[in-house]
Amino acid sequence: MSGIVNGTVARITFRATMGRKRAFLFAIPPVILLLVTAALKLAKPERASWPADILGVFGFSVVLPLTALVIGTSVLGAEIDDGSIVHLLATPVRRSSVIITKFAVAAVMTMIFVAVPELLAGLIATGGVTRLAVGVFAGALAGSVIYNAFFVMVSVLTTRAIAVGLLYLLVWEGLLGNLVSGASELSIGQYSLGLANSIARDPALNAHLTLTTVIVGGAIVTVAALAVAIRRLGAFSVKGDAA
Amino acid sequence: MTSIEVRNVSRWYGNVVAINDISMSVGPGVTGLLGPNGAGKSTLLHMIAGFLEPSRGEVTVAGEPSWRNAGLFRTVGLVPEHASVYAFLTGAEFVRATAKLHELPDPAAAARRAIAIVEMADAQDRKITTYSKGMRQRIKVAAALVHDPGVILLDEPFNGMDPRQRLHMMDLLHGLGAQGRTILFSSHILEEVERLSGTIQVMVSGRLAASGDFRAIRRLMTSRPHVFLVRTSDDRLLGARLIGRPAVTGVELTARGLQVRTSDYGTFTRELAGLTRDAGIRLRELLPADESLESVFAYLIAS
Repeated sequence: MSGIVNGTVARITFRATMGRKRAFLFAIPPVILLLVTAALKLAKPERASWPADILGVFGFSVVLPLTALVIGTSVLGAEIDDGSIVHLLATPVRRSSVIITKFAVAAVMTMIFVAVPELLAGLIATGGVTRLAVGVFAGALAGSVIYNAFFVMVSVLTTRAIAVGLLYLLVWEGLLGNLVSGASELSIGQYSLGLANSIARDPALNAHLTLTTVIVGGAIVTVAALAVAIRRLGAFSVKGDAA
Repeated sequence: MTSIEVRNVSRWYGNVVAINDISMSVGPGVTGLLGPNGAGKSTLLHMIAGFLEPSRGEVTVAGEPSWRNAGLFRTVGLVPEHASVYAFLTGAEFVRATAKLHELPDPAAAARRAIAIVEMADAQDRKITTYSKGMRQRIKVAAALVHDPGVILLDEPFNGMDPRQRLHMMDLLHGLGAQGRTILFSSHILEEVERLSGTIQVMVSGRLAASGDFRAIRRLMTSRPHVFLVRTSDDRLLGARLIGRPAVTGVELTARGLQVRTSDYGTFTRELAGLTRDAGIRLRELLPADESLESVFAYLIAS
């Protein structure tokens, strides 16, 4: 029996995801983040909280969730869409191993495309290894993990994963998260910001949750999402010609 | 030994019944699953491969249930019809990756062997994007063979192949069957099944219409009543003559011509020319009215 992460599945997933044209899309948000940060640094804004604004608000409510959405829904969703998943599932590889591997690849790619640029932007904005730079880096690492577990699950549950994911981000995190206080306790964005804030301790990050809530909530969401995805993939059905 | 056992299996989607109470046993050798498009062949193959849950009934392969049983693929190889292949890989990379997913002790050697069987060694280092449909089909077969499975399921394996590729694939499947493997393939083309398999399972509209030796079923197909449409210079006169012949079981005058039913295809077609000549009638048109595969299958269900 192989380990939890299957090397062959990981390599194919990585090549498939990076080989698609939309891989260029992954690079656009982090490039914008870095350019805007550098421009602001040169412009020297009067507002003292600008580094937390750009890293926290833009970074955590736009760059992180959107990049995770695109990557998380494509590592497995693209194969389900074009049917090539059948070749993978027509082998004895455990379905848990497929899900964990796809999730791990997505999480690592999101870390590369978001967490690392967040750290670099933090270093640029604050002029060194500050609490804010390290905080947003840690928050983005955590967000890469939790968001991708969630989006991989969505891609197994529905063929309209991007739409469902966007709906979650806009309605749940964007709208309800600001209007209903309880919604933020089930918001992956708030988990990420909460972790960032536990290190950065910057009110401008607009984090609402305590570190304990963040760790417990984030762990539960991650584990539950992966469990649902594994269970659903085990019952993967090909659409019949009579359907 | 029976490899595939389908017991009272039905599958429905909402109100639509795709598979209606099918039972069959498939043993070693080549078996053709024949039926018109939409008969439920793919649905049945997917259930046998564990990619669809039967709504009712049970499917076992080598004694194990196939639904929710990934371990099944240690003994089963599947060649799906529609599934696209990882086009960014080369043929060799694809088969080798499959060998690794099966955790074979020597994936490279297993891949080389499987690629040699489908005669794709020359093209194995090209990307799958550059392959023709027939080549893609063959590389999929190589991937399905890489772990030396005892049971091989193929969904419409000849689709999109040119005649030469078809012959090659038929030889290949024939050889695999002769080695004692259980090969089950689906097709909607009678001639493909005829050339390849002694045993067939005929499906029509989700039901098993006939099952067993191909030659017996073929005889049943050719000895069934046939309907012809005949247009002549004097339909009424010909009709009067025809009804006196033993091979003719019915005659009807229609606006489009004379509709003739016969119980004996060969005798009727031999007699018709002489009959019209002797009566001085000019034969303008002779059309088989029901030669579509569907009507052949429909007859099989009724009998």
